[in-house]
Amino acid sequence: MIQLIVNGQPQLVPSPDSGTDSGTTNDARLNIRQLLEHMGLQGKRIAVERNGEIVPRSQFDQPMLASGDKLEIVVAVGGG
Amino acid sequence: MDKLVIAGKAYSSRLLVGTGKYRDFDETRVAVDASGAEIITVAIRRTNLGQNPEEPSLLDVLPPSQYTLLPNTAGCYTVEDAVRTLRLARELLDGHTLVKLEVLGDPKTLYPNIVETLKAAELLIKEGFQVMVYTSDDPIAARQLEEIGCIAIMPLASLIGSGMGILNPWNLQIIIENAKVPVIVDAGVGTASDAAIAMELGCDGVLMNTAIAAAQNPVLMASAMKKAVEAGREAYLAGRMPKKLYSASPSSPVEGVIGNMSGK
Repeated sequence: MIQLIVNGQPQLVPSPDSGTDSGTTNDARLNIRQLLEHMGLQGKRIAVERNGEIVPRSQFDQPMLASGDKLEIVVAVGGG
Repeated sequence: MDKLVIAGKAYSSRLLVGTGKYRDFDETRVAVDASGAEIITVAIRRTNLGQNPEEPSLLDVLPPSQYTLLPNTAGCYTVEDAVRTLRLARELLDGHTLVKLEVLGDPKTLYPNIVETLKAAELLIKEGFQVMVYTSDDPIAARQLEEIGCIAIMPLASLIGSGMGILNPWNLQIIIENAKVPVIVDAGVGTASDAAIAMELGCDGVLMNTAIAAAQNPVLMASAMKKAVEAGREAYLAGRMPKKLYSASPSSPVEGVIGNMSGK
């Protein structure tokens, strides 16, 4: 499992290959797309910040997430 | 044609509206359309982790293809939060750089923190953002924000959400006189006459949210605001008559009044 902080709240996400093998799976990293799918946000118009830096959509498939990462996932809402 | 030019783009409407505080997206959309606004503000917020994935999003209802979206930094009290919010907005809106910056100084009054606003504006401009900036009605702050490269100065009429109208028309007049970029009154407008007065003063536009959304009938108020902004703009362009305590020059002819024995 990977322990992330998403929008200020702890979020436990299964590692990409957890359950398939034992041993070195702790090194497996999650990508943003997998995280969004886990959270039911796939296909939504969102933007992601990881540890204070913007993650461009073009990098959503790169396995970059590790335990302890702080993520912000935002949408546009009504405002003045 | 008399157009409002923001960041090189010409707009027919001088009314800018916010999209907050409406009952639902339907009402938001109908009110925005009744206002005739082409530039609409949106806020950037964390996704609700428990939300229904089927729920429509604001951008489905008000697509960027039909409106110029102006993401804001409402609720930000620090330079860092404001800058991070707008970087996220740029990513969210596919590289869109036109933004509304506000850095607040106090949760009770939502009065802007000008020192922090200046710092945030400078950073954002360096990163290529086109910054429309919410500020107080202080002419010096307005001048400094223009000097560092803000593309529109947006002084408050009165406090955000207060509906108190224009509290210091004299300061606004000084800001308008000095500014070479558009001046847009943002915040404090309560009803149509407030918007008309702002435009008669020579403002280039008016931005409002609560005045429409918190009206008993938001759609009707949106339509009233559209007319008020247009009427105020035309009155400004027409040039008003001078004010006098009284006039010795009545509108009807002085001569030929019946019953006058002298024949005059």
